[in-house]
Amino acid sequence: MTFTLDATLGARGFDVSLAVGPGETVAILGPNGAGKSTLMAVVAGLLRPDAGRASIGGRTLFELGPGPHAWTAPHQRGTALLAQEPLLFPHLSALDNVAFGPRSAGASRSASRETARHWLAEVDALPLASRRPGELSGGQAQRVAVARALAADPELLLLDEPMAALDIHAAPMLRRLLRHVLAGRRAIIVTHDVLDALMLADRVIVLEDGRITEEGPTREVLGRPRSRFAAGLAGLNLVTGTITAEGIRTAAGQLFAGQHDDVPGPLTTGPSTSGSDGVAVFPPSAVSVFLSEAHGSPRNSFPVTITDLEPHGDQVRVRAGELSADITPAASADLGLVPGMTVYFVIKAGLVSIYPA
Amino acid sequence: MSITRKAVAALFVTGALAAGLAGCAGTPGTPGAAGSGTLTVFAAASLKATFTTLVAEFEGKNPGTKVVLSFAGSSDLATQITQGAPADVFASADTKNMAKLSDAKLLDGTASNFATNVLTIAVPPANPASISSFADLAKPGVKVVVCASQVPCGAATDAVEKATGTTLTPVSEESSVTDVLGKVTSGEADAGLVYVTDVKGAGDKVKGIPFAQSDQAVNTYPIATVGSSKNKELAAAFIALVTGSEGRKTLGDAGFGTP
Amino acid sequence: MDHANNSAYQAIPRWVYALAAAGGLFVLLPLAAMVARVNWPQFIPLITSDASLTALGLSLRTSAASTLLCIVFGVPLALVLARGQFPGQRVLRAFVLLPLVLPPVVGGIALLYTFGRQGLLGKSLEIAGIQIAFSTTAVVLAQTFVALPFLVVSLEGALRTAGTKYEAVAATLGARPTTVLRRVTVPLVLPGLASGAVLSFARSLGEFGATLTFAGSLQGVTRTLPLEIYLQRETDADAAVALSLVLVAVAVLVVGLSYRRGRAWIPAEAAQ
Repeated sequence: MTFTLDATLGARGFDVSLAVGPGETVAILGPNGAGKSTLMAVVAGLLRPDAGRASIGGRTLFELGPGPHAWTAPHQRGTALLAQEPLLFPHLSALDNVAFGPRSAGASRSASRETARHWLAEVDALPLASRRPGELSGGQAQRVAVARALAADPELLLLDEPMAALDIHAAPMLRRLLRHVLAGRRAIIVTHDVLDALMLADRVIVLEDGRITEEGPTREVLGRPRSRFAAGLAGLNLVTGTITAEGIRTAAGQLFAGQHDDVPGPLTTGPSTSGSDGVAVFPPSAVSVFLSEAHGSPRNSFPVTITDLEPHGDQVRVRAGELSADITPAASADLGLVPGMTVYFVIKAGLVSIYPA
Repeated sequence: MSITRKAVAALFVTGALAAGLAGCAGTPGTPGAAGSGTLTVFAAASLKATFTTLVAEFEGKNPGTKVVLSFAGSSDLATQITQGAPADVFASADTKNMAKLSDAKLLDGTASNFATNVLTIAVPPANPASISSFADLAKPGVKVVVCASQVPCGAATDAVEKATGTTLTPVSEESSVTDVLGKVTSGEADAGLVYVTDVKGAGDKVKGIPFAQSDQAVNTYPIATVGSSKNKELAAAFIALVTGSEGRKTLGDAGFGTP
Repeated sequence: MDHANNSAYQAIPRWVYALAAAGGLFVLLPLAAMVARVNWPQFIPLITSDASLTALGLSLRTSAASTLLCIVFGVPLALVLARGQFPGQRVLRAFVLLPLVLPPVVGGIALLYTFGRQGLLGKSLEIAGIQIAFSTTAVVLAQTFVALPFLVVSLEGALRTAGTKYEAVAATLGARPTTVLRRVTVPLVLPGLASGAVLSFARSLGEFGATLTFAGSLQGVTRTLPLEIYLQRETDADAAVALSLVLVAVAVLVVGLSYRRGRAWIPAEAAQ
């Protein structure tokens, strides 16, 4: 009963293979334009890939390319889509919106409304049943949209950034709701937010430039990122280079010293060996900022140019190209930091993890 | 005060617009050119072929003269002249419309009758309904198209019907004789009642079937100088040509009769 | 949609108002001039004459029938043009819209050579015992020909504005294409469809040239109100003016109704 997908779209440089087991929720993370929405459209049948195949259990969704051709229309796929906007049909009440799926599947009016009431209750929206979408707030509308997608009884639920259009008060509530309804349900959720991945997904797939760059259990990907994007999501610095006995040597020749961390992950091919590709990963809090080169420890001290200063919680995040440091506002003021200034980033080697890429 | 200003501006623009439109509608001849020989002739649509020929003749005989022709239904032309259209000569297809202008004192002198026209039956060249007489038009299944009673050719049709004691059940009562002819030439109708001159003008696209009772409704064409004309001498000269021997010949060739 | 008079900045220069007023006057003035010419003491007898009432009744019946035909064929055309992707789509759109800019008399001639006795289809129809020339059917065909583009244009615009997002969601919820059309697409564009139908009706009501050329003119069968007005004008200007006023009144009523019925619903994002 696994969902498998293998699809390429030449024009968009899209080439993705993935599988989602029964009851599994997979989060798709990736920067804008990485192909996340393309992936959803291909699965839902709204976009025809150049080649590939997809199936749920034994049922073929599509098979394109040389050889046999098959194409299942979107309405026969059982892949309900929940988008950023709720897209509730404006001419139907909330109840009839939710009843739309069952009704389309052939249920009687009263039976489909019964199903709709059940799902509205599941999302705490039963009191909104008789309202028109125009009378709902953004958060209420999205809850009804969740109920509508679930009422269609999909074999695979597709959620395309469902929280992105909500205000900061409505998002947490919907996230809790999704956590509740996605338990034990097969779903793919596209998100920008690491919190969504942590709370909702069993597994994370990082998509960059139309290709999967990282894949694994959520905790592992966020705890031991191998891609810069995943590191960014996890709020970690990531430096790529070649593994040496001391740490990582970058292409530019800088040495990032750190602790070899050989716990094998799912993609780990073996223990870190000198000369192979690896990454150095460390939190911004492991980085200190100095105006001049440190005297005592020559290790892990790098001259950088500040590109940005921004508040980050109760700290100030100092960005310098790909690296960032978190320091206190007081320290920032004492140092008189401004963008364009050249400073030294000094990284505590004990907090730098080195592992194979 | 801004409202007033806007209103004034609006009126100004409206005025400019109206002036522009009036300019468009005016004839090419300016008042100053009236003496030097520009003549505007309003003539019934059925006179188009003959008057075009006669005007060429007239312009040839009177170098420096320019005749502007305007063809339309007689009642339209009469209405236009009543509303002040700058015509020098009016040639009507019936006496009724000429009488309208005469009654309104819009003519210079009296009108002279210069041609007559009678009805005939027009059928498609193949004559699918085998029409040979006026009575045949009343046969069941024959699609006859006539003019509506409100227009001159329709009035003539009514007169013929009364004279022959035949009642027609037309499939259509058109508001102009050209529309009747069109229905016959396109083959939609089996027969139509039109003027003799229309059949002649249509060449081999229709066949004319004359009938004896057509003399019960003779249409007379009068012509006159319009009272407001600034070039009455030239107008009189043109009328003389139309009513004279050249005019008679050209009109006769086109099928018109002599009054 | 309420504009507070003293709040919003309006980027319209004053002189635009002056030109707009002139444009408005250009339309209103002739109507006013016509109203001024109405022979009011005779107005009721003139418009309730047998010929007038017959013509008005025929006009309303044929316009209703042609509006129905416009919906039956115009909705699929608009859908295909707005949603479909096929070669020749632009050409098809251009041709469907052609009657908008074509002189109606040209439409009449074209219809004559299609459905007339000697026409492309007319011959076969005649063999089948169907005669269209000089019949009320011919009037309806002529009206449909000129009115169809109005429905297609309004509806295609509405379909493009509505977009395909709702339809895509409906499909992923398991609705087959016909269900999507019936339960999502059509309700979403209903205001556009309604105004398109009203425009088609109004255009049908005013149809003159194509009818005169193609259908002929016979009281109770093919002589619609515009043809009756044209004919009355020959002899009875008062009757023509009175009937013109009736036609103007009906047109104002119809167009007014379509603009008064505001959008029944506005998509949620627009309402916020």
